[in-house]
Amino acid sequence: MHGLINRAVQSFVCATYGQSCWLHVTEVAELGFSEFEAMLVYDDDVSARMLEILCAKLDRPRAELLEDLGTYLVSHPNMEDLRRLLRFGGVTYVEFLHSLDDLSDRVRLAVSDLRLPELELREMSPTEFQLLCHPGLPGYSSVMVGVLRAVADDYGALAILTHEGQRGDAEVISIILVESAFAQGRQFELGARKA
Amino acid sequence: MMSNVELAGLLDTLCPMFVLVDRDGRIQRVGPTVQKLRPDTPMRGQAFLDVFELVRPRKVTTLSALLSLAGAKLHLKLHDRPRTALKGLVAPLPNDMGAVVNLSFGISILDAVRDYALTSADFSGTDLAIELLYLVEAKSAAMEASRSLNLRLQGAMLAAEEQAYTDMLTGLKNRRAMDVVLGHLVSGNGPFALMHLDLDYFKSVNDRFGHAAGDYVLKQAARIMVEETRADDTVARVGGDEFVIIFKGLVNEAVLSAIATRLIERLQHPISFEGSTCCISASIGTALSTQFHSPKPAEILNAADQALYEAKRKGRSRNCLFSSLAHKAMPPQ
Repeated sequence: MHGLINRAVQSFVCATYGQSCWLHVTEVAELGFSEFEAMLVYDDDVSARMLEILCAKLDRPRAELLEDLGTYLVSHPNMEDLRRLLRFGGVTYVEFLHSLDDLSDRVRLAVSDLRLPELELREMSPTEFQLLCHPGLPGYSSVMVGVLRAVADDYGALAILTHEGQRGDAEVISIILVESAFAQGRQFELGARKA
Repeated sequence: MMSNVELAGLLDTLCPMFVLVDRDGRIQRVGPTVQKLRPDTPMRGQAFLDVFELVRPRKVTTLSALLSLAGAKLHLKLHDRPRTALKGLVAPLPNDMGAVVNLSFGISILDAVRDYALTSADFSGTDLAIELLYLVEAKSAAMEASRSLNLRLQGAMLAAEEQAYTDMLTGLKNRRAMDVVLGHLVSGNGPFALMHLDLDYFKSVNDRFGHAAGDYVLKQAARIMVEETRADDTVARVGGDEFVIIFKGLVNEAVLSAIATRLIERLQHPISFEGSTCCISASIGTALSTQFHSPKPAEILNAADQALYEAKRKGRSRNCLFSSLAHKAMPPQ
């Protein structure tokens, strides 16, 4: 598993449940270290073990925890860089949804060894969509539910997201757009640069 | 034939950074993104070359010269500030009706989006500007992550190197570090002296008061050796109670003997540890690199060793010079 993914989990746990919770997880998982390096690659079972221990400690189902991780990735100030990169996907929420087909390619342009599963958007009606998450990364669709919900907030759109289960080997997320300009979204300036 | 208005409408959609000039070189219309660069001064009606300076090719001052550049790449700049750099392409209109100049930011895009608060809507759908901006941000973030990894790895490497050359108990150099220093000095051909110092009665401190007392005594002895030598001398712990001191550039036996005497004197001061009084002393053998024709590290160490053996034989707590030995392994120069 790519270090960026492990690092994202680490950052989420530390920011949400505190440093001591994270240290507990790394100790029980017998990682032998407490910090993941974003630009190194780790064994897949390290990530799986870490997640299992985390769910047990917090007594929460995996899908729920991963949805929270997805929300964190977009809405937490620690993750502003990532939020901006996602907002490059489109000017409106619907445009953003359509850009998800290119997400794995966009990610690969930035970090060539980070492979995310393919996503496929189906437009059922102008306000109803289905997102097919193809296999490759266990739990990815749960994370995406959290991401899509938080991005909707970011654009000021009101959307209802549900995990629809399996179709073939893909997992399906249903997106119902209730209102595209429900609230004032967060600002996104192309030229905003870090000081 | 399409009217100018129709043409401008088409260009608005296809290339929102166009400038339409008439046969006299006056600006007739500009695309919305071009006008956004100077929102307070309408460009319409101004002479093209009054608004834009042609940086390359340089010698163009008239419209007819500009038209002759059809198809060539132009480098332009706005005349007033901010002097945003632009790239341009001229396409003459039929029947001597003027020309369309299509502009683009090129590499100045990063500054331009900030200076003019441009949005996705300011670029045509086929323009790669947004992808370029995305890529710059994504790559910067990835580069930042790599850079911080590099910094941490470098820190870890320095710490590991430091550890590999340090005696952890005393903080002195270890045998490996001593070998490196000695190797450098020998290959550099500079003169130096080497003292082999052995603590006397250390074993009895260990036996009577335990290892904690022994460790404490070693630390105190190390401190004394560091204090009695210069900063660029090398003090190394090379065995349990054995030390090597290398004096770079110092081969005066009188000075070395004086240093040895002071070292022994200070090491003989009783050391208190948790109510016990630990007494040690030291024997020293000293050799000079200049005592060998082409010195090898092992030879000099061996010479100092012989001198140390002689110091012990004569009753300890003293320094013995290799040059004073009756049966030296090698004659002095």
